[in-house]
Amino acid sequence: MENSLDQCIKCAECTVYCPVLKATDSYPGPKKAGPDGERLRLKDRVFFEDNLKMCLNCKRCEVVCPSGVKIADIIQRARHRHGRPIPGIRDMMLASTDLTGSLAVPFSGIINPVLKNGAVRAVLDCTLGIDRHCTLPEYAQETFESIFKKRFSRQQQSYPRKVNYFHGCYVNYNYPQLGSDFVKLMNALGFGVSLIRDERCCGVPLMSNGMFKQATRNAESNVNVLSGTEGPVIATSSTCLFTMRDEYPAVLGVDNSSIRERLTLAVKFIYESVSSGKVRLAFREGWKARAAYHVPCHMERLGWGIFTLELLGMIPGLELMELDSNCCGMAGTYGFKKENYGLSQQIGSALFSQISGRNPDFVICECETCKWQIEMSTGYKVLNPVSLLAEALDLKKTAKLNQPALP
Amino acid sequence: MYDVEQYDVIVIGGGITGLGTARDCALRGLKVLLVERDDIASGASGRNHGLLHSGARYAVNDPESARECIRENKILKKIAPHCIEKTGGLFITLPEDEDEGYGLEYQKIFIDACKTSGIDAEAIDPVDALRMEPSVNPALMGAVKVPDGAVDPFKLCSANMYDALLHGTTILPYTEVTSVIREGCSVTGIETRNTHTGERASYRASVTVNAAGIWGHGIARMAGVKIEMCPTKGSLLIFAHRLNNVVINRCRKSSDGDILVPGDTVSVIGTTSTGISYDECDELKVTAEEVCTLMREGARLCPSITHTRVLRAYAGVRPLIKSAEDATGRNISRGIVCLDHSERDGLEGFITITGGKLMTYRLMAEIATDAVCRKLGVPATCKTHRAMLSDPLVPRHSESATDELICECERVTFDDVKWAVNHLGVQNLEDLRRRTRLGMGTCQGTKCIARAAEALARAKGNPEETRELIRRFVEERWKGMTSVGWGDSLREMEYMQKIWKGRYAETAEK
Ligand SMILES: Cc1cc2nc3c(=O)[nH]c(=O)nc-3n(C[C@H](O)[C@H](O)[C@H](O)COP(=O)(O)OP(=O)(O)OC[C@H]3O[C@@H](n4cnc5c(N)ncnc54)[C@H](O)[C@@H]3O)c2cc1C
Ligand code: SF4
Ligand code: SF4
Repeated sequence: MENSLDQCIKCAECTVYCPVLKATDSYPGPKKAGPDGERLRLKDRVFFEDNLKMCLNCKRCEVVCPSGVKIADIIQRARHRHGRPIPGIRDMMLASTDLTGSLAVPFSGIINPVLKNGAVRAVLDCTLGIDRHCTLPEYAQETFESIFKKRFSRQQQSYPRKVNYFHGCYVNYNYPQLGSDFVKLMNALGFGVSLIRDERCCGVPLMSNGMFKQATRNAESNVNVLSGTEGPVIATSSTCLFTMRDEYPAVLGVDNSSIRERLTLAVKFIYESVSSGKVRLAFREGWKARAAYHVPCHMERLGWGIFTLELLGMIPGLELMELDSNCCGMAGTYGFKKENYGLSQQIGSALFSQISGRNPDFVICECETCKWQIEMSTGYKVLNPVSLLAEALDLKKTAKLNQPALP
Repeated sequence: MYDVEQYDVIVIGGGITGLGTARDCALRGLKVLLVERDDIASGASGRNHGLLHSGARYAVNDPESARECIRENKILKKIAPHCIEKTGGLFITLPEDEDEGYGLEYQKIFIDACKTSGIDAEAIDPVDALRMEPSVNPALMGAVKVPDGAVDPFKLCSANMYDALLHGTTILPYTEVTSVIREGCSVTGIETRNTHTGERASYRASVTVNAAGIWGHGIARMAGVKIEMCPTKGSLLIFAHRLNNVVINRCRKSSDGDILVPGDTVSVIGTTSTGISYDECDELKVTAEEVCTLMREGARLCPSITHTRVLRAYAGVRPLIKSAEDATGRNISRGIVCLDHSERDGLEGFITITGGKLMTYRLMAEIATDAVCRKLGVPATCKTHRAMLSDPLVPRHSESATDELICECERVTFDDVKWAVNHLGVQNLEDLRRRTRLGMGTCQGTKCIARAAEALARAKGNPEETRELIRRFVEERWKGMTSVGWGDSLREMEYMQKIWKGRYAETAEK
């Protein structure tokens, strides 16, 4: 594992698939930034280049490498080891989703309109370097955790089967609707949901902004808390899941072996439950929609896009198109930054034009940062497959099908 | 047809000894010609371990060599910082050394001997040793810190060549000495053959210096005198990336595979030591037993070598003089041998300089040049212990990976290649490799060599040559990989074969 750079035979296959390299030649590309550069960095840290931060960590290079080189891990670890440790206020804001979110939610009524205001965006652009063309995600009026406490928590005890839900910052502060959809869906399938005590941000925004120390602290805390739980730990966000499952050990060096097997994604969990006959689904009659599925990079890396396709394929009224494999260019908070905005848009352009060409009712995708990027850049609405399923199912009927047989 | 130009001194051999001697002579104002049958650094000077000895290795058994080493170690760090890495070194004691009488009592003897020779040697705690060099065998019982370092043999040779050229020396690579011209009891010049064109020439000088390493034996015979040498082969393995940043040695009597030297982007384990015949010196092979020995012993210094890719194997021949012969020669030290053949054999105008080490080359050159000056009656004194060695100006690795690169593994740029071709006497891809490290990285030239051949052929204005240049280079790389053809190296070889067989078949069809 540690010597994965030695496995590189220099075939340069990875360079063909790197979305950043396709868009600009100011990035060295996976081969030179990864295994090539690492050899030199082992000699002397002067060979660490700041442009490594241009890596989206999309892992597309790793998917195509015939030698199993952990290219993006090598790059991220190099940033971890050698990168500039003190980010500016903007990066800190974008990275600290926990903190910014908990400060913003109580004032969301004021903050959201302000964030939409052109003049304010111009100011953010000049002062913080958040590109004025960006639509920042809105803050919710109430956090998901508090909604859950009020509306859902009591009834969860009544279900014999239990799952743990890792909601992530986005659900908590920006989009609690997805969390509610998940709970309703799981309940209909006969599972009670518990939240994770003292859940912390998975660390992705911290890592992509170079704040590896804080990310490691979060990772350690999450692993510690999760190892005290029982049963599956389910996320709705592919990015949170991927980070906790694969990046904790590979990039942060945090041992997650005690929980790794129990970490899973909602679509995978549901698909496996249905296909093994453990749960049954009843769909709404007459429901119809046309949707396009965008496979987020991390789903590509996990090889799990197939679960979403298979699961959504069960919905009778759904016409589902699979989009070509492309990176959207957002990569966490990358695309919000003024210096990256143009590049990020360029990277995503193939995806955007395919979406508008297909003109679906909405786009399906498991990753919230893809969602921001696609919504901001194409105007099409993006749904998590969980929300789509919750909408397409007749939840009452489904709940009946999955009720435990009375003794 | 014959060059009648008269030189003060002809130096035979473009290894570090010859190059250093040519430079020293030039710095003392002499008119110098150096001839080398191949490229500079193609003999032992390009096939060694690259250890800048502190002398500690010799302190117990050969204090004279130890003192020589530490003196030269300090001088080279000053005059040639661009060729040196001040890594520091560790001499470690392992539990198994105890049984053979090299436990911690021996460590005390070792440290005392170092101090007597003027080498800073300090025992440190195993925990501190691990902190200083995390790759060291964690089973160590003790460690001694010494001022070992790494010297880049190719850069050192290039730098001496470059400096000699700047001081007016004529350097003729690919020029083989075919006979030594004798007039009565004096050597007055040499006859040569260009190994590319076959063209013959002769050159005259008042003094001829035999610095042909192990091949000096043959040169001496051409001059009608006899020196007995004992060619000793040493084999080494190169790892694909740098494993250690501090030289790791065993604190015991010298044996096979007991030094791991970090050098540039790699680490090198060595060496072995086997007596061979003169005939074998031109066709060195690394045997399977040697590879096994080096891997086994190397793992005791640094356990992680067992799961690290081995890039290639290579061997060199130490130019050692038989000790019986030393009695008659003028034995300066047990390492360095300078023979003035007028004193020894009644032959005027001929000097042999050999033995020693890469890192004592400057001293060897000084001794040889003193002898030359004595013969010529030139009073000039040596300056090389303080005159900075010029930098051959080829950067090792471009600082930005987004530059226009030819060799991506070692980050060699188009500009580096152009400079080396125009200023450092590059004729083929092998020469280019020795000057720039092009093709020395992980892929062993598989990816870059076509680009490099094209650039080189263009710079030299001879594009027809390209195919042949590539073939020679790839064959040479292949040779070094065959002895270590397992794991990832084997995969690389298969890939290399696929690409090059494919390309050659394709062009052959056309
Ligand atoms: C395995 C090994 C490991 C070593 N490790 C170290 C180390 O770590 N540190 C250290 O300081 N030293 C080390 N040494 C010793 C060092 O490499 C040699 O002492 C030194 O390189 C000898 O240089 P040289 O110029 O005398 O000989 P060479 O470098 O052999 O030069 C002789 C040159 O003469 C040329 N020549 C031969 N015949 C002719 C001819 N007829 N006409 C023209 N030219 C001719 C040859 O092509 C060759 O280039 C090591 C040696 C070996 C073999
Ligand atoms: S992770 Fe993505 S952006 Fe980074 S080097 Fe690999 S392919 Fe390129
Ligand atoms: S695809 Fe894999 S083996 Fe090929 S160059 Fe990239 S990292 Fe190396």
